[in-house]
Amino acid sequence: MQLVQETDYGTPASKASAMVTLTIDGRSATVPAGTSIMRAAMEIGTEIPKLCATDMLDAFGSCRLCLIEIEGRNGTPASCTTPVAEGLVVHTRSERLDRLRKGIMELYVSDHPVAALDPAGEGDIELLDKAAEVGLTEVRYGFDGARHRDTGLDESNPYFSYDPAKCIVCSRCVRACEDVQGTFALTITGRGFESVMAAGTDQSFLESDCVSCGACVQACPTGSLIEKAVIAKGKPEWSTVTTCAYCGVGCSFKAEMRGDEVVRMIPYKDGKANHGHSCVKGRFAWGYANHKERILNPMIREKITDPWREVSWEEAIAHTASEFKRIQAKYGTGSIGGLTSSRCTDEETFLVQKLVRAGFGNNNVDTCARVCHSPTGYGLSTTFGTSAGTQDFDSVEQTDVMLLMGANPTDAHPVFGSRMKQRLREGAKLIVIDPRRIELVRAPHVEAAYHLPVLPGTNVAILTALAHVVVTEGLVDEAFVRERCEWDAFQDWAAFVAEERNSPEALSKVTGVAAADIRGAARLFATGGNGAIYYGLGVTEHSQGSTAVMAIANLAMATGNIGRPGVGVNPMRGQNNVQGSCDMGSFPHEFSGYRHVSNDAVRGLFEDAWGTWLDKEPGLRINNMLDAALDGSFMGLYVQGEDIMQSDPDTRHVAAGLSAMECVVMQDLFLNETANYAHVFLPGSTFLEKDGTFINAERRIQLVRKVMEPKSGLADWEITAALSNALGYPMHYDHPSEIMDEIARLTPTFAGVSFERLAELGSIQWPCNEQAPTGTPVMHIDKFVRGKGHFVITEYLATDERVGPRYPLLLTTGRILSQYNVGAQTRRTDNVVWHKEDLLEIHPHDAEERGIADGSWVRLASRSGETALRALVTERVAPGVVYTTFHHPDTQANVVTTDYSDWATNCPEYKCTAVQVSPSNGRSDWQERYSAFADNSRRIMPPAAE
Amino acid sequence: MQLDRLIHMANQIGSFFASQPRAEVAEAVATHLRKFWDPRMRSAICAHFDDGGSGLDPLVRDAVALIATERTKTG
Repeated sequence: MQLVQETDYGTPASKASAMVTLTIDGRSATVPAGTSIMRAAMEIGTEIPKLCATDMLDAFGSCRLCLIEIEGRNGTPASCTTPVAEGLVVHTRSERLDRLRKGIMELYVSDHPVAALDPAGEGDIELLDKAAEVGLTEVRYGFDGARHRDTGLDESNPYFSYDPAKCIVCSRCVRACEDVQGTFALTITGRGFESVMAAGTDQSFLESDCVSCGACVQACPTGSLIEKAVIAKGKPEWSTVTTCAYCGVGCSFKAEMRGDEVVRMIPYKDGKANHGHSCVKGRFAWGYANHKERILNPMIREKITDPWREVSWEEAIAHTASEFKRIQAKYGTGSIGGLTSSRCTDEETFLVQKLVRAGFGNNNVDTCARVCHSPTGYGLSTTFGTSAGTQDFDSVEQTDVMLLMGANPTDAHPVFGSRMKQRLREGAKLIVIDPRRIELVRAPHVEAAYHLPVLPGTNVAILTALAHVVVTEGLVDEAFVRERCEWDAFQDWAAFVAEERNSPEALSKVTGVAAADIRGAARLFATGGNGAIYYGLGVTEHSQGSTAVMAIANLAMATGNIGRPGVGVNPMRGQNNVQGSCDMGSFPHEFSGYRHVSNDAVRGLFEDAWGTWLDKEPGLRINNMLDAALDGSFMGLYVQGEDIMQSDPDTRHVAAGLSAMECVVMQDLFLNETANYAHVFLPGSTFLEKDGTFINAERRIQLVRKVMEPKSGLADWEITAALSNALGYPMHYDHPSEIMDEIARLTPTFAGVSFERLAELGSIQWPCNEQAPTGTPVMHIDKFVRGKGHFVITEYLATDERVGPRYPLLLTTGRILSQYNVGAQTRRTDNVVWHKEDLLEIHPHDAEERGIADGSWVRLASRSGETALRALVTERVAPGVVYTTFHHPDTQANVVTTDYSDWATNCPEYKCTAVQVSPSNGRSDWQERYSAFADNSRRIMPPAAE
Repeated sequence: MQLDRLIHMANQIGSFFASQPRAEVAEAVATHLRKFWDPRMRSAICAHFDDGGSGLDPLVRDAVALIATERTKTG
């Protein structure tokens, strides 16, 4: 096994189509116009020494190491900043160039705190490699350049350290922070020889605006910025390319290993989703895999008040199968079910739904996408014909106007958030529809043209008002609509949105947004060039979530913004494999590829392949399962990698439902909150411990590659197969690739997908079949999946969750950059330094009215329940709106959220809960009781004496 | 099943389809229930309909009536 090496071409690729031919060291090179001579040389295998250049960044021309000679031109220009030209004759080596480079390098090294020149000595130190490359064998000035030797180390960041003494002021870190990440946290302070890189203004990294994406560390050529893990563990010995297990961006990483231990995760430049960039979670927050709280042995218990008893895999699986059989015998076939997870691989997800349908004999399978993007499935299937985003991420490079609604990409999808910022800095316009003033509303060198701070619960109203402007002001792309959409449905829709009651003026009373801003935003979107809509859970998690998704689709079709690069409708998927878990048939009404279980032909296909009868009736959704448990008809649940007790709404209802069941089986890394109600615990495996695939928000299927054996002995897919075998439905796979082969055989949109093909192409965006053998970056190009696009009337209906005297504020919930979902992983890493607890954001006006000070404890109460947490007084939220995250079980934010849900899919209405906030002395009674219950429930019996 | 919850959900579905033109609303609601509701949920709402169906919006009552009739026919 070796380290995966990537070629650094020195400067980014040119996108020009015209080609230029030149001669470099006697060899001909033909490259796109605009390419640097440095890159052209590398393209033909000639590496010119460089320090300040890297192909992740635009050329800077400061280190002067990459000098060249060009026949007919004076001097020795920098090859990184000199573009190619037809007929140039370039020399990269000469006695003069060698002498100049050696002299420059000698000066750099003289001020670098190394004892001697040893290119292999410090591992990642590019500076010393280059010193060797230019033939530097001695330093006439010594190794003790005094000016920079006494600067202190900055070790404030938990993941990397900064040693200014090693800085050569190449500015790669500063440019990475600006150009790639878009945070502008770093700068060069001082002048001349005094110059040095600094985070913020005389601040430590931790105190500065740095978001710990790691781009600066990756860019540093001297080891001035270096991962602490490399210092602690040593130089990595081998690596493999895998896929991040955090958000729906799906970044590719090189897992760099020493033995079977991860040393670091380096974003992979060839990764099509991230192009070599990363965020603090994927780059650094993988330490949970070795956390002391991880459970590595199967456990069982009779009652949830009993302590856990560690057992063998054989006993745990046999016990589970026996319990499930007992329950079905007593309560009926439909009395058990399973939940798949968007944190698990496609193959694992596919197996769980297969276990339920074929092994349990019912369709009681659901997934955590139920509580996030199920309305996307309904809405986009109805309007376009399939449940998926229409674009690839690269499409944003051709977008002129972004409409961002109910999503906060710089926190929840940080790497794509940085791509958006790049495009916005290039001049694209931005419309933000969100109750909160998210970072993209105003960030360094980025400012939204419009921020429409819509009141929670009124998304459909504002989308319909935008459509009203498009229709009544003659901004419809009629040619597109006539050719690509159902004309009759369009006419019905156009007449509906054109009604005066749907005008911005009429609806501004409902939405709380000024009519002029709605009109301005609609005009900009319809006339500003390529318009792309990006949306998140702020759209879906409402009682009209599916209607809002259809309203978004209507707007895109009416303005002709579908079917080419730069446009489209793009759901920002929350977890790493939300798209995949939906694609794999995790919903109770459909098989993989979104085909309903009542379709006889499709069901027949699966019955033939799986050799068993399958139910044609839809099964229970998660929330229906909990209801049915209270009703006494649903008594057993197999949960793979999901924590419904923390993530699902109305916690007390979830607790009651789980408590009513006779056998809850939790398969996870940790004793999460749901495990407190479980009777069997099956220890799961991390993404580092198994092979498989994830599918990101752009439908991109990517390989997850095992770098170590499962610490519990079995990968998750093996556990599901073992359970199925014990239940009497045989499952035999030797490798997850065989599961993907089965998926491909049974799912037309995956027909061309295999592990072999994925390894060959790097990744594939479905549909991938005979018509699209290498996948489909942009969907609906010539026609919609359903044929003609379908406009749907989107009548605004106020949610039943209303503010009133008892609960006068609206609560909305969301995420923060450093934490992920229920925090099971990120809370067990050093990311807690940025977010130790959930906070309640409240506007200064609302805080003052209630006597609430910043940082004080507050009671947050709704008709469902109450909790207590600390307040963060901020103008980021509008008056009348409060906001919190749900990353910490101590807060239990979902104690407060209600059982209201989307009309079509039962996706919970997390984003709109009527609440009251009042001063508090500390935690609520519920929190105290739950904490005591959880502590009791997590007891593990000590092993019996031999 | 929790009846009040089922009634609320059914009425929500009815409210959406009531706004759609050219749709046979009762059939559209019934189709939605057939496609997405587990049989025990449909049974519960049909039983409630048989008991008078209080709380169900008129359009939803018509939809549930369609399903209840089918169930009677198929035994």
